[in-house]
Amino acid sequence: MRLVAGLAAPSEGRIQWDGGDRPRPGDIGFVFQEPTLMPWARVLANVTLPLKLGGTGRAEVERRARDALALVGLDGVERAFPRELSGGMRMRVSIARALVMRPRLLLMDEPFAALDEITRLKLNDDLLALWAERGLAVLFVTHSVYESVYLSNRVAIMAARPGRIVADLAVTAPYPRDAAFRHGAAYGTACAEVSAALGRAMAA
Amino acid sequence: MSARFAGWLLPAVVGLAALGAWEAAIRILEIPPYIVPAPSRIALALVRDWAILGPALWFTVKIAALSLLAAVVGGGALALLFAASPRVERSLLPYAIILQVTPVVAVAPLIIIWVDNTTAALLICAWIVAFFPILSNTTLGLNSADRNLGELFRLYGASRWQTLRHLRLPAALPYFLGGLRISGGLALIGAVVAEFVAGAGGRESGLAYRILESGYRLDIPRMFAALTLISAAGIAIYALLAGLSHLLLRRWHESALSREE
Repeated sequence: MRLVAGLAAPSEGRIQWDGGDRPRPGDIGFVFQEPTLMPWARVLANVTLPLKLGGTGRAEVERRARDALALVGLDGVERAFPRELSGGMRMRVSIARALVMRPRLLLMDEPFAALDEITRLKLNDDLLALWAERGLAVLFVTHSVYESVYLSNRVAIMAARPGRIVADLAVTAPYPRDAAFRHGAAYGTACAEVSAALGRAMAA
Repeated sequence: MSARFAGWLLPAVVGLAALGAWEAAIRILEIPPYIVPAPSRIALALVRDWAILGPALWFTVKIAALSLLAAVVGGGALALLFAASPRVERSLLPYAIILQVTPVVAVAPLIIIWVDNTTAALLICAWIVAFFPILSNTTLGLNSADRNLGELFRLYGASRWQTLRHLRLPAALPYFLGGLRISGGLALIGAVVAEFVAGAGGRESGLAYRILESGYRLDIPRMFAALTLISAAGIAIYALLAGLSHLLLRRWHESALSREE
């Protein structure tokens, strides 16, 4: 993920980016495992950070930040400090910050791992809705087989040392997906397939 | 009884009880004031000698405040330089440490010989002891910014100046304020120690010189009065800096949050 984001250099091979050698700032949004917000800044200032670093005008900055906050279902917390929010809300702020530049690619590094089950399911659904609405590509790292199958149309399984992709599976179930899909047989079958591939990767 | 109330009341009760016991012991044992004066005698000296002690207090506080200001400017600027370049840090840090570990009492006579103006010599001595906590704390703070946030800044193509302004400086603020609190006390100690070493009362003299002078004259109540003023000044400086720290951090930093939250 750090390679894709251009934060680390590949030891071999290269990453191709359509429309140029490398992504421009703002092409990529990054959501970390932790919300990674600036504790000294209010929610609005946290969300506007990428725009400000890019030198966008003040009025435009604020409008787009409010749009991004509305998109993740956060209204009326612009003036709050991160510590005043719950873990799920902080993660939403973090996602709003990643979306505020209207990126073409959203990188998410186990974003919901530290959240409770109910919040995680809710955020999964919201992410799918966002993905459908915005039409952006999402690269999502998770340790949960169930999360990967629920969210993805393509699951790549990685093994460590050296880090590599050992399996690449398609999840063909149509979108939109919802609770009915989660409880259906197709979901169970896909999860079993991914689990089996993961088992083979661990054994190898 | 609320915890806040107890926090004020209990130390106050202990202090008053100790003062009462002191006063009673002096009276009952009939100890003469040139050995240990009673608190009432000290209070009397404080009022009676205010014409001498007041300006001395002002002078000492002025030296402490100016040297603290110089320490903030010097220590802060050096910390920024260290943060900007690890090479500069490696080259200069040993000398900053040497300056810090050499006792100011030992260096003060030299400085007083080299620097003609006594006030300037005192300022330099107080600055030497005050600047290091600010330097080391601020350097630590500037290097303590969240790594992931740092990567985020890189991802969005932030310039060095933007990273400093929006990430490293705010992250360093709590550390800087912690250093400032220590330096505030040290600046006062430095001002007093240097004046003790200088030993000369010029046109302007501070509380340390008044203590020496009272000692020569066996005016022990005035000596205690001057000592009381030094303590009071130290407490005031600490309270002021702690208040400033709370004001700047209360909305977001863990240290400023009340325990129940």
